Amino acid sequence: MEAEARAERSLGDGLPAWALGAIPLALIAVAVGVFALLGGPGLGDRTGPPVEEVAVERTVLRPGEIELTLRNDGPDAVRIAQVAVNDAYAPFAAEDGNEIGRLDSTTLTIAYPWIEGEAYEIFVLTATGGTIDAEIPVAAETPEADAGFYALMALLGIYVGVIPVSLGMLWLPFLGRLGRRWIGAVIAFTIGLLAFLAVDAGLEGLEIAAEAPAAFGGAALVFLGALAAYLALAGVDAHLAQRREGAGAATGGAYLALLVAIGIGLHNLGEGLAIGSSYATGALALGAFLVVGFAIHNTTEGLAIVAPLREGADGGGERPALPRLVALGLIAGAPAILGAWIGASAFNPSLAALLFGVGVGAIVRVIVQIAPSMRDGSGRLLNSTAVAGLLAGIAVMYVTGLLVAV
Amino acid sequence: MCQNHRVSAKPAKEGISRRRLLGGAAAAAPAVVGLGSLLRGGDGADRARAAAPATGGHTGHAEFPHAAFAAGATVDHRANGFDPSDLLRDFDYGKTRRLASGRVLREWEIVAHDKEIEVAPGVRYEAWTYNGRVPGPTLRAREGESLRIRFVNASQHPHTMHFHGIHRAAVDGMPGIGERQGGGQVQPGEDFIYEFDASPFGLHLYHCHVAPLAAHIARGLYGAFVIDPKQGRPEADEMVMVMNGFDTNFDLANEVYAVNTVGFHYVNEPIAVKRGELVRIYLVNVLEYDPLNSFHVHANFFQHYPTGTSLQPSELTDTVIQGQGQRGILELEFPFDGDYMFHAHVSEFAELGWTGFFRVGDPSSMSRTAAAAAYCKLPWGGGSPS
Repeated sequence: MEAEARAERSLGDGLPAWALGAIPLALIAVAVGVFALLGGPGLGDRTGPPVEEVAVERTVLRPGEIELTLRNDGPDAVRIAQVAVNDAYAPFAAEDGNEIGRLDSTTLTIAYPWIEGEAYEIFVLTATGGTIDAEIPVAAETPEADAGFYALMALLGIYVGVIPVSLGMLWLPFLGRLGRRWIGAVIAFTIGLLAFLAVDAGLEGLEIAAEAPAAFGGAALVFLGALAAYLALAGVDAHLAQRREGAGAATGGAYLALLVAIGIGLHNLGEGLAIGSSYATGALALGAFLVVGFAIHNTTEGLAIVAPLREGADGGGERPALPRLVALGLIAGAPAILGAWIGASAFNPSLAALLFGVGVGAIVRVIVQIAPSMRDGSGRLLNSTAVAGLLAGIAVMYVTGLLVAV
Repeated sequence: MCQNHRVSAKPAKEGISRRRLLGGAAAAAPAVVGLGSLLRGGDGADRARAAAPATGGHTGHAEFPHAAFAAGATVDHRANGFDPSDLLRDFDYGKTRRLASGRVLREWEIVAHDKEIEVAPGVRYEAWTYNGRVPGPTLRAREGESLRIRFVNASQHPHTMHFHGIHRAAVDGMPGIGERQGGGQVQPGEDFIYEFDASPFGLHLYHCHVAPLAAHIARGLYGAFVIDPKQGRPEADEMVMVMNGFDTNFDLANEVYAVNTVGFHYVNEPIAVKRGELVRIYLVNVLEYDPLNSFHVHANFFQHYPTGTSLQPSELTDTVIQGQGQRGILELEFPFDGDYMFHAHVSEFAELGWTGFFRVGDPSSMSRTAAAAAYCKLPWGGGSPS
């Protein structure tokens, strides 16, 4: 060790620190440049014919027209030659050209007199004779992204996000009458809800990631999103904790409530995304049943936000003011609106997978944050009350989730 | 041929630049969707539930360089080395000489090559060919002649020529049979001479019989084999139609269907025939992966001679079905001028390329537009003729 250190010292002797850092970088750049210039000497060509991997990122249906957005996921450029809809060749135009470079995309506009309610199978024939398959399970016109459409999506977001969460928060006075032991149970119930949401969002994210181009990470995006969100919230938490200590304030409950609201908000972003994209592809009927289902499902989220408030108040915090409650409700519910907008107008499976991951990470962080509130008098975390609360939370979410299978 | 539906490249490019300007994905899609409504001219009528086929179109080819299959693009016949319009009436009679016995000896040389061909505009396929073309040459002889076919295998794979006809096992082109006499499988670089008598008269075929059989046939190793009856047939405008298809992605289902290889070729180049003249079609089905194929002609009926082995027609009809390897001779006259479609009455095949037109009249006085216009009115034709 010492010998090495000495050697290093003598190697970089007389050079400033930045140069020592920059020299390896420069050498890497030169090596890459030379390697690319010589076309990878000694490696030769691939062993077989090029493998074409193209993902269908987005399907839009307009009268007499089907639009497919294709992304080249493979190592080689792909050239689009022909398009057939339900085993019939159809004229088409390629917006960004017929040749798709690596990770590039193009949008095909296919002239085809599709009929609402029918199913369509499309194959895109490449220059090598390979096929890219796209499926339209039930044809329905893609909504126009005009003001009315955004208003509708906003309304949807309010219905499934803001209103239920706000209603759920009305349990706050009720929680105020509960004893200390029962508050622990409510917190446990909340954690059960959140755990369900985390698992649910994670699975949904993985499902969407399966459709996303692998080159952008695919399923890894869900995990990376979760990790990033967890770390970001932990960082924010550490930062705020320092400031709190400096200010000498002790608003633990309000702070926890804010964290829960952020976590649920990120989750609702993903939920809005799923609803919006389902609506846009015609897979979702905006029936009263669905909206009512979401309302019941998400009302429990409101409870999750106010539970720490009560806990905090019990611990000597101030009584939460109405504006603060409204703000918490919006933080948790309003992202559903944004999600619905993105999902319905610019759905991209890679982005969606990442956002679902972010939601999972946020929820896990929140769970870690509020879990200590479940402790009973003896300091045991998984006490009988807490376990009953957890199981009840999971069960409620499962049952209400049956109402909203999107 | 058909002008494209309303999408022109110009506004689309605007969409691209807007997207680049706006950057984020969330901003991009509304711009593109908005573009769609722009292109439709904001007319509420075309938002009907049952979407109507795209019509109209002020865009020309210059504005729309990426034409689709049915929209006028064609394959590079020169690069392919054959043009389906020429294959149609191309009969290969070989070289003849009279033997001491007085019989006619007819000889051909057939060479198998691996060759990439364009089976649909922009779609390249690694075909295996007889004499560099798909289908292989239409070999034509007369009943009772002595035939000698020298087969040279210049392909990377073993092949044979298996003729439908009456002959000895050693010249059957069947791997494992006749190897002792030098027959059976012909390895790359080797050759073999098939010798047999032209019998019976009729319309037959030849194809490779090396395993895996479906793959060797589907790759393009087949051709029509016509044996004329001794007394001949009435004079007619004769043509060969080999119904085939291509499994371009090797999933054991065809992506392109055609007569004489290139999908929609006779839509782009209708077959010119004279009004009132007898037309004789030698129709052979070599399609792999689909059990049946069919031929249907519009606004007309034909006499059907199954396998061509009788001089009496079996039926007057306008549609025949053929299984794999089945064939028949069709005779018809067109009483009226005009463009008459012919296609597989298996509609799926028709829409995947197996469609064409007869153009009846004086070919020099007719333009291509009529057939083109008719085709463009089809649901899969799209747009108006250019």
